[in-house]
Amino acid sequence: MRYAIPIGVFIALVAVLAVGLKLDPRHVPSPLIGKPLPAFTLPELGSEATLSAESLHGTPRLLNVWASWCVACRVEHPLLVELARSGRVPIVGLNYKDARDDALGWLDRHGDPYERTVFDHEGRLGLDLGVYGVPETFVLDRHGIIRYKQVGPISREVLDDVILPLLDELGAES
Amino acid sequence: MKTVVICVLFALLSPAFAADTPVEFDNPAKRERYETLLEELRCLVCQNQSLADSHADLAQDLRNEVYSMVVAGEDKQAVTDFMIARYGDFVLYKPPMKLTTLLLWFGPALLLVGAVIIVRRTTRARRTGATPLTAEQRAQARALLESNSDQT
Repeated sequence: MRYAIPIGVFIALVAVLAVGLKLDPRHVPSPLIGKPLPAFTLPELGSEATLSAESLHGTPRLLNVWASWCVACRVEHPLLVELARSGRVPIVGLNYKDARDDALGWLDRHGDPYERTVFDHEGRLGLDLGVYGVPETFVLDRHGIIRYKQVGPISREVLDDVILPLLDELGAES
Repeated sequence: MKTVVICVLFALLSPAFAADTPVEFDNPAKRERYETLLEELRCLVCQNQSLADSHADLAQDLRNEVYSMVVAGEDKQAVTDFMIARYGDFVLYKPPMKLTTLLLWFGPALLLVGAVIIVRRTTRARRTGATPLTAEQRAQARALLESNSDQT
């Protein structure tokens, strides 16, 4: 058949473009997966205490990057509050480039799901974590190794299909 | 109308200004390194702009970072590695050559070779006559030729 090659090429092109359309250009694979949480020494949001990377070792945790100026953070927040209430996993907040009073006020209004919140006013830890679209959420294992990164708000699907199964797996490792 | 004109004039002017705040260097080599880096690094928020062009907050932070590294005397590779360690290869406008980017680098050449092969095949087929005559057509043609030579 003389049209076999052109039609074949056409179908291959359509397939490639169709896959390309489905990809999310905002999803940038993080080079930090499998690496330890970068070292930091930063104050806690609500106290004078100092937090470091080591203080997050011991059990799998979520590290949720948020800010009071971040609109999308409000979208995922109820889900985080619900998750914290269920007691399945401790969530550590990373308050990114925010003012202390604004951040505390925001937690008062929307609820505080965080075990502790790191106050990263300068955005230094955010930079080391390659944060580029708040909210972002990292899954840390018990040794503080980053196992997964979610850019943008956590949806229920991501939570049920990716994060919770991963946490089960990490819990089983211990 | 006046506002529109002014807006248009400003729009025409704007490429002359870089998005970044003015910075100072103690030697021209550092300035050049800084400016090259800003052109070659991508702003992650507005993905089709370089750090030099972008007004996003993140771009400003990254410019500051590049600036302090360059001032501290870090070379270009060190700054690039710093960015890749945090944001991945995506932060580079020019992707590195490795297994996952082979198609990106050589895809266009492959397409060109493919196109040349197809074009040559079609033109050759056209030149030599793609479909050979059937026995019946051949006989008919011969008959025509013979009847023609009879007449002369």
